[in-house]
Amino acid sequence: MPMRPSKEWVAIKMAERGGRGSGGHGSLDKSITLPPDEIFRNLENAKRFAIDIGGSLTKLAYYSTVQHKVARVRSFDHSGKDIEHEPLYEISVQEEITARLHFIKFENTYIETCLDFIKDHLVNTETKVIKATGGGAYKFKDLIEKKLGLKVDKEDVMTCLIKGCNFVLKNIPHEVFAYQKDSDTEFRFQTNHPNIFPYLLVNIGSGVSIVKVETEDKFEWIGGSSIGGGTFWGLGALLTKTKKFDELLQLASKGQHTNVDMLVKDVYGGAYQTLGLSGNLIASSFGKSTTADKEFSKEDMAKSLLHMISNDIGQLACLYAKLHNLDKIYFGGFFIRGHPVTMRTITYSINFFSKGEVQALFLRHEGYLGAIGAFLKGAEQDNPNQYSWGENYAGSSGLMSTSPDVFPMQRTRSGTFDMFEMDRLERPLVNLPLLKDPSTYIPDTVDLTDDAMARKYWLTCFEEALDGVAKRAAASQPDSIDASERAEKFRQKYWNKLQTLRQQPFAYGTLTVRSLLDTREHCLNEFNFPDPYSKVKQKENGIALKCFQSVIESLDSLGWEERQFALVKGLLAGNVFDWGAKAVSDVLESEPQFGFEEAKSKLQERPWLEDSYSQWLERLKEGPPHKCALIFADNSGIDIILGVFPFVRELLSRGTEVILACNSGPALNDVTYSESLIVTERIAAMDPVIHRLDKGLAVLVRERETDLVIIEGMGRAIHTNYYAALKCESLKLAVIKNSWLADRLGGKIFSVIFKYEVPCK
Amino acid sequence: MLGGEGRRQPLVWERAASLNFSLFFPWFGLDIGGTLVKLVYFEPKDITAEEEEEEVENLKSIRKYLTSNVAYGSTGIRDVHLELKDLTLCGRKGNLHFIRFPTHDMPAFIQMGSEKHFSSLHTTLCATGGGAYKFEQDFRTMGDLQLCKLDELDCLIKGVLYIDSVGFNGRSECYYFENPTDAERCQKLPFNLENPYPLLLVNIGSGVSILAVYSKENYKRVTGTSLGGGTFFGLCCLLTGCSTFEEALEMASHGDSTKVDKLVRDIYGGDYERFGLPGWAVASSFGNMMSKEKRESVSKEDLARATLVTITNNIGSIARMCALNENINRVVFVGNFLRINTISMRLLAYALDYWSKGQLKALFLEHEGYFGAVGALLELLGSA
Repeated sequence: MPMRPSKEWVAIKMAERGGRGSGGHGSLDKSITLPPDEIFRNLENAKRFAIDIGGSLTKLAYYSTVQHKVARVRSFDHSGKDIEHEPLYEISVQEEITARLHFIKFENTYIETCLDFIKDHLVNTETKVIKATGGGAYKFKDLIEKKLGLKVDKEDVMTCLIKGCNFVLKNIPHEVFAYQKDSDTEFRFQTNHPNIFPYLLVNIGSGVSIVKVETEDKFEWIGGSSIGGGTFWGLGALLTKTKKFDELLQLASKGQHTNVDMLVKDVYGGAYQTLGLSGNLIASSFGKSTTADKEFSKEDMAKSLLHMISNDIGQLACLYAKLHNLDKIYFGGFFIRGHPVTMRTITYSINFFSKGEVQALFLRHEGYLGAIGAFLKGAEQDNPNQYSWGENYAGSSGLMSTSPDVFPMQRTRSGTFDMFEMDRLERPLVNLPLLKDPSTYIPDTVDLTDDAMARKYWLTCFEEALDGVAKRAAASQPDSIDASERAEKFRQKYWNKLQTLRQQPFAYGTLTVRSLLDTREHCLNEFNFPDPYSKVKQKENGIALKCFQSVIESLDSLGWEERQFALVKGLLAGNVFDWGAKAVSDVLESEPQFGFEEAKSKLQERPWLEDSYSQWLERLKEGPPHKCALIFADNSGIDIILGVFPFVRELLSRGTEVILACNSGPALNDVTYSESLIVTERIAAMDPVIHRLDKGLAVLVRERETDLVIIEGMGRAIHTNYYAALKCESLKLAVIKNSWLADRLGGKIFSVIFKYEVPCK
Repeated sequence: MLGGEGRRQPLVWERAASLNFSLFFPWFGLDIGGTLVKLVYFEPKDITAEEEEEEVENLKSIRKYLTSNVAYGSTGIRDVHLELKDLTLCGRKGNLHFIRFPTHDMPAFIQMGSEKHFSSLHTTLCATGGGAYKFEQDFRTMGDLQLCKLDELDCLIKGVLYIDSVGFNGRSECYYFENPTDAERCQKLPFNLENPYPLLLVNIGSGVSILAVYSKENYKRVTGTSLGGGTFFGLCCLLTGCSTFEEALEMASHGDSTKVDKLVRDIYGGDYERFGLPGWAVASSFGNMMSKEKRESVSKEDLARATLVTITNNIGSIARMCALNENINRVVFVGNFLRINTISMRLLAYALDYWSKGQLKALFLEHEGYFGAVGALLELLGSA
């Protein structure tokens, strides 16, 4: 790693660039101060550059590798050692290299300064070519070649756009949203559908292109219109003497089109009601300005123009959708780009002309499609499509609203750099094959974008827990000199994310408890805290293992029916040990000796809040043993060792195979896959009933004909999969360790959820 | 006009069929649109001496006033060139006159009717268009006249079919442009609309209505657009300060829209082959006006021309998509937007031919905007 200051605040003074390649219009103060190394990140390993230069914005893309720390656990050789006083396993932090895609969007005015910065920090000498697309690629070709010393290789705009579109539709959850003006949640995100084709892409740049996309490589330009963003801008500038596109939109959002447009009620008088017509429909755009002696306000004309253009585009898009039998239209281009005003008018138009049969959809990363596509064109030999990529919430700016009327505070977009980062996932993510209907599976019980009360509660909850998490993170790396500095940076970053989400809950798609947790993990990883709970887990696993045999012995002394209940109670009590729940972490922090028995006594008495225990018992008593059970385990320590394993043991002795599924990476004190291997090994050594498990979950689940799925813990069973319907029997259990949630579900803290479900035949 | 497809709601017809009023002259048909009022008047030429004697003074004065003038007040105009001579209607022979005046002069028109004691003639006025509803009350209170309100689409279709069937004083009512893509060889030729169905009828008034007509009785409104004649004229007023439609068209005829619009070749240097787009096609209407320098270098004439081309091409585009969706290949354009507007007609003919690769044919009718009024007149006589 080349040596450079950790933070390099560079003041970029943007002088007026006299029109050359800068968009040229600017009485605005272009001087900005920004830390480019926090924007153009990981440049030292960057390769495969691509650039998309539009009319006003430049989007730069590159591939880079990121070196970051990962927590590893390694079992000791315990033979001949005093097990009593040794930790169960060794924890080490290692460096790992992962792939990351960087996308940065900035105004064309900054292009020269940005290219200079990149040139100064570009270490990789293998890079020879930069893929370029967009209308401005030609204009800036010489500048790029001169500054970067790379050969500019031009790619077709529409090909790039569609390649990028396919990529985000496949890889980014909640990429797509519908815009609803009058609802509490303006952004209604769609769950990713496994099959994205065919679709219609309507790109509203200066003109309109309508493209039908049938497969990854097959698309066709089926039509277009010359009335587009350029018409709004050009005609708007003539009519209102307002030069900037954003300002025109601002004018439009304040205007009354009825002063300029001739409406149905203007033609029909008051009688339209009796005709079943809506009097407010526009009969003739600008139909009232057919006079030389009346003045019209800029706002009203801009509004009328916006309606005229949006309606026209919507109408044509619907006619094309009808002709090609398509019901999904994705809209993109600078006319749309995050502008609530235009998303609203386009949505209205599509609803009106299609009578609700066609849906107007928008993309969170719409502005990046061209850059993503150009990048993919350049990376074809690496076959990036074979990998799964995930949005990195820590490194991505999120969907920002540019609308001044919605978010007056955040109007200062010029001068901001927008970023989007994607991490290559270790393995492709697939749906659990046991899901009843994968296309309708939503892995989140409560949509916090929708539910303002719940959102407020959870954001506060995460805010309050933040200091503790930061402290624990610092403590997890006692040997590192900069641990507390990094922990503070983490705290700041996550705090800022939470504040963004308070203002714009839709910034990263549907806001859920899961996404809040993911964001926290991404931020922790960003500052090299791969596993703040590693030490806690190590200790707890050690303590729990020591109790394992006595727990088994006491269970074995019980009669069958008593034992079944004790096993379930143990499973539930184990689940109380959760550092993620504030109520519990307070107890664990203050009473380190808090034990399994105390946990059991905290549990709600039957009948539980959700209680199908009797049916479960009946099933065990009357039915044949299950072939194979899949258990999603939650916390390490007492939960997995004293709660889950005795339950596993019972299933095994019934002749049921068991697959134990654990997180691949750390999240709070959840047991990880590698920890579970060590724990299982140790238990197997103590208990002949349990032996090592296999890997490769999805394949395994199919092979072993899994007919029982057990989902444990608040996160897995309540926040995410509470309503998930499976093809086989399922058991969802959790202890509610959050009084607000308990209250909402009509119970008290430590209420029990025991949900046994049998799919209807 | 903006709107979805489908049949219209049944209207509350105020058919005065029980009254034998239609035998009484005068015979009028009125179409009160958003911008213009269209009036057709049947002047009987076979009046017997007996009738002449009986003809009340009021009626005579109306007949004389209408037929001896070509302009009425400061804004009313009789389109003499459209007059249909020696027409036989309901057993009577006469001439059909076509008169228009701006809708904002409607109160003055009613006032005149009142002054000429129109109500004493025991006649009922058949009227269509939105204004039939808007001004009904005024007719009643100011003019003591009962309006018979008629559905505008019914009237439009009746009018088109009738005028086409009687012809234009021995010539063909319907025509088309041969070789529309070739400026040199392009010429206006008569078209025989004897078997008219199915046809797509595009009525371009202030707004635009598009109808699919399968037979005399079977038609539906497919869609409409608010980008019509009113938009062209309205934008021209704002952009150039002109005050009449004629002035706007005159300016447009001297302008160059390619200075205002961004063409495909302005972006790609030539054709965009990837999509098969010719370099001359407009990529962005008014697209060049995003640039300050270009805004300062265009003339009012250029702006008027660009407005005309933008609106016309858009109507062509929507009409073409409707024709494809409805599987109809003949598109008849009517409405007063096309009056003295050869630029738009040739552009529509060209656009339809080019983008459909010769599959679609654009047809035009000589009496452009008067069919609704003719239909209203026919309703008056038909209900007798």
